[in-house]
Amino acid sequence: MSRSLKKGPFVHPSLTKKIDEMNKKGEKRVVKSWSRASMIVPEMIGHTIAIYNGRKHVPIYVTEQMIGHRLGEFAPTRLFKGHAGSDKTAKRS
Amino acid sequence: MARIAGVDLPKNKKTHIALTYIHGIGMTTGRKICEKLNIPEAMRVHELTEDDVARIREEIEKSGEYQVEGDLRRVEGLNIKRLIEINCYRGQRHRKGLPTRGQRTKTNARTRRGRKRLAVAGKKTTSK
Repeated sequence: MSRSLKKGPFVHPSLTKKIDEMNKKGEKRVVKSWSRASMIVPEMIGHTIAIYNGRKHVPIYVTEQMIGHRLGEFAPTRLFKGHAGSDKTAKRS
Repeated sequence: MARIAGVDLPKNKKTHIALTYIHGIGMTTGRKICEKLNIPEAMRVHELTEDDVARIREEIEKSGEYQVEGDLRRVEGLNIKRLIEINCYRGQRHRKGLPTRGQRTKTNARTRRGRKRLAVAGKKTTSK
């Protein structure tokens, strides 16, 4: 079920506060955020947000195309380095 | 032969089913079109008059209400390209050719991953 339009997109209050503050002052600095579920809204364009991936904050520069996506989509939580070779291949080499 | 939006319709199928051979038209839209043009459900493609075919063509190609075939494919491609460009999770899945909507990949997912690669029974090499 999709979210009620009445509520508008979800953005964590603390994140909105920080972004608004930065927009008011016209400054740009990296904002750390743990709120991966927050939606990217037009106000965030041009800012860099460091999104927590469970281990560290991944800095992501927000562009216009990203609007409507969630912050978490840009900071992968899993690191896949490929499968370990089978025993056979390991022995042969 | 009825040729609409660059696709030949199968002759022996009911019209609304035959319309689903066009990329971008499914059962719902197919039914809607037939209903709108007063083509009875049971009428098969080879029973349609030239006029009927022309009206269907008009409806699909010129009314601008439906996005079909080439146009639709282009839009789909652009959407995927956008996802890849912004480097989001779905884009990464597209890049790797894996399912994008959280399906399991331990098994199945064959549509996205392609034909099954069978594990070849390797001969045991006796290394002496």
